[in-house]
Amino acid sequence: MKKYAVINTPVHNIDGVAKITGRAEYAFDIKLPHMLYGKILRSMYPHAKILKIDTRKALALTGVKAVVTGQDTLGIKQGIWRRYKELCDEEILARSKVRYIGEPIAAVAAVDEDTAEEALDLIEVEYEPLPGVFEPLEAIKEGAPLLHEHAERNINVTRHIEWGDVDEAFRKADHIREDWFRCSSQHHVCMETHNAVASYTPEGRLTVWTSTQSHYYIQVLLSWMLGLKESDVRVISRYTGGGFGSKFEIDSAQFCSSLLSMKLFKPVKITFTREEEFMATKRRTPMFYYLRSGVKKDGTFVAKEARVFTEGGAYTSMGATALYLTGFFQTFPYTWPNYRYDGYRVYTNTAPTSAMRGFGAPQATFTAETQIDLIADDLGLDPIEIRRKNAMYPGYEVPGQATIQSCGLSQCLDRIEEWIKSRGKLPLNRGIGIAAYGFMSGGIFNWFDTPYAFSSAVVQVNYDGKVDLYVGSQDMGQGSNTTMVMICAEELGVRPEDIRLHMGDTDNCPVDLGAWGSRETLMQGNAVKMAAAEAKRQIIEFAAAKLSPNIVYDLDVKDRWIHLIARPERGLSYFDVVKEAIRGKDGQPIIARGHYTPHRKGMISPAYSFGVQAVEAEVDPETGKITLKNCVTAHDCGQVINPLGVEGQLEGAMAMAAGYGFTEDLPMDEGKILNPNLVDYKILRSTEMPETKVMEIETYEPEGPFGAKEAGEGLTNPTAGALSNAVFHATGISVKNLPITPEKVLEALRMKGKKEKK
Amino acid sequence: MEKQLLHITVNNEYRELYINPKRLLVEVLRDDLALTGTKRGCNTGACGACTVMLNGVPVKSCSVLAMQADGAEVATVEGLAEGGKLSLLQRSFLDHGAFQCGFCTPGMLMSATALLKEIKKPTKDQIKEAIHGNLCRCTGYNSIIRAVRAVAEGEYKERG
Repeated sequence: MKKYAVINTPVHNIDGVAKITGRAEYAFDIKLPHMLYGKILRSMYPHAKILKIDTRKALALTGVKAVVTGQDTLGIKQGIWRRYKELCDEEILARSKVRYIGEPIAAVAAVDEDTAEEALDLIEVEYEPLPGVFEPLEAIKEGAPLLHEHAERNINVTRHIEWGDVDEAFRKADHIREDWFRCSSQHHVCMETHNAVASYTPEGRLTVWTSTQSHYYIQVLLSWMLGLKESDVRVISRYTGGGFGSKFEIDSAQFCSSLLSMKLFKPVKITFTREEEFMATKRRTPMFYYLRSGVKKDGTFVAKEARVFTEGGAYTSMGATALYLTGFFQTFPYTWPNYRYDGYRVYTNTAPTSAMRGFGAPQATFTAETQIDLIADDLGLDPIEIRRKNAMYPGYEVPGQATIQSCGLSQCLDRIEEWIKSRGKLPLNRGIGIAAYGFMSGGIFNWFDTPYAFSSAVVQVNYDGKVDLYVGSQDMGQGSNTTMVMICAEELGVRPEDIRLHMGDTDNCPVDLGAWGSRETLMQGNAVKMAAAEAKRQIIEFAAAKLSPNIVYDLDVKDRWIHLIARPERGLSYFDVVKEAIRGKDGQPIIARGHYTPHRKGMISPAYSFGVQAVEAEVDPETGKITLKNCVTAHDCGQVINPLGVEGQLEGAMAMAAGYGFTEDLPMDEGKILNPNLVDYKILRSTEMPETKVMEIETYEPEGPFGAKEAGEGLTNPTAGALSNAVFHATGISVKNLPITPEKVLEALRMKGKKEKK
Repeated sequence: MEKQLLHITVNNEYRELYINPKRLLVEVLRDDLALTGTKRGCNTGACGACTVMLNGVPVKSCSVLAMQADGAEVATVEGLAEGGKLSLLQRSFLDHGAFQCGFCTPGMLMSATALLKEIKKPTKDQIKEAIHGNLCRCTGYNSIIRAVRAVAEGEYKERG
């Protein structure tokens, strides 16, 4: 018998047919009887006091049903780090002061969107503009304009990580290199913009259909902000049109539609335009990165020091996590014996920066991997060799932070080295760069302060053998629904098509913290596996009575066949046993629960994925234009659950990360984003994609379900670094300022030419 | 504004409806005909999520006035599977995992369907070109290109 019946076979996405036939109903598509449409008035100033808001003219407009401002709220400053009061700093509807262009001030509900839009122009806001500050290195200076009274020098959060004796170790290094980097911002660009339909009814219950990565977080945060019991808020999110980190905090569509509906007792829908999406949702954290690294002549890593200043934008958001993770992943995936990190998140009058796929790690990996190639070049070492010499390995302890259990990094390096050799001599102006990375499989921290298990699942086996699986995880496209069904099917011994998945509804699903930090496969997966195992145990109890096995034979279920493990041909039909079992249980279906919360797993995560990526790129020395030719990835995500899903995740992550490397940017002028549209903000199009190849390195992660760990997010980390190294090897220039645009390439080539003339 | 009568055939069904002549084709499809399979991602013709076929040609329905489709035949994603039978391209999309969040998928399918109607055996570059106007943030496009290519190469046959 094969080891697994379901795991590691390509399974169709269980939401696939709904999605390819247009039947999948996103919150974006919801239309309810008597539904009104809302629009949000946003600040035109990056920093200003609100002196007065007059809504009378707007209210007088025919078709307008209600207007709300900050005065209609409970005045709560919310944050997703609920345990830390000083990090809860965002009102969502500003009462007395605005801190970025696009900050919500008021919201209107009307009979249609055009009327609501017209009403926004009739709201009179009297501002007192204040001087703004837009760059973290300016905002941190003495005397800079202050965004929040409590934050001296605009310092929002600081983080310090240290192990070993850094100063002493630097004295023993043969070679020390210092570099400054600037990591740019990036927007998630979910194809489904943020939206919500809120419906409050006289029973005192609020139902919100929305596009989210965590219906549980939205339920809790909305109930807090609105003064309702958690259980009186129902959040429904069956399909989510992309998330990438942008949809697990509460947003103004959810909050304002709820406020308006509570006033009107009618459903209110708010859908962000693409421009609003760019201006007023969150984005990847820009970082100024100082790196100082000391190595031995043979390339052995000795000591590293990192100092980071991040552009926080106006509010904390998930920025505190990005600040910690960038410091932690700065050493990945290597065994730096001495390390010191100081990170400063600085408030600025720009849109808040927060979580985005990779969550601080892409910045860390770009800077670290670019510098490692520069060090290798300084010392005349091979880029693969220097990485191999310092690679993490199974059982390695990151001092005081984490223990690495499974780790296929060295095999990944071998495979990439083979591929590079197979490319032979490259044409002129072409180079291959590599970058290695590691990433987490869900966080261990509970800054949200949930009293529940991090993940829970319920399995119910019905009379016909069909299974109802209830999960709290959210599928935003990454395929977790299919993953959970596969894990349940494998453990219970049925087929994926035997399972009906219930998700995306706080009324009917157990709590899970949501789809972020690459947590679903490991955490929700473990909870599902536990529930399925318990259901199977109950079924086997009945089967045991019928099969009356000799004590030496244990029973198992595989592909709907309940059998003696040692004699698989002896068994019973799963369907027959279930029927009898349920009758025998006085008509009760078989029900089982499962849950998972990480315990004693260090400071960050229970498990880590690893990988190495090679990017082959061509640089046109006349125009500075970069063309991607090949992108090859060797990848250790433990046991692959669904090869079809993993491949898609890796290719998609690469496309997004390449955009971060050379095409995507959010230029601003005094806090105003200059390219809030899909023409001027350039995500990769089909014609720009290189050939992609993925090589899976299978390892077994003891903490993961069937040995699985993170797959889809970590791959956002290496591409920018691999690309910058490819440009370096093609041309000899190193651009330390993302994105690597043609202008920057040309400028660097010009400087290099000047130097060579001298 | 005075409403005008729109005659339109959508997915082989003839419809007549009075509409404000300023309304966009995507609005009429989604709001009046409840065909919400067609998505909107930008309203400026930049993302392709609203792609439908107008007389067999792929258009961005956010950039077409509904009245411009008067007397025309429109095909949307809802019309691809006839009698519950998925089209070859839809089957290939499933097999190749050519979608993730699914929001760009209806537009992507319509662009690809139009391509295969026009060119039986497109090259890889022709496929890339055909979906160049359709943004996808999840897949990185290569799985979509593989899916279209598999149909073009004759790997899928109509089932009886």
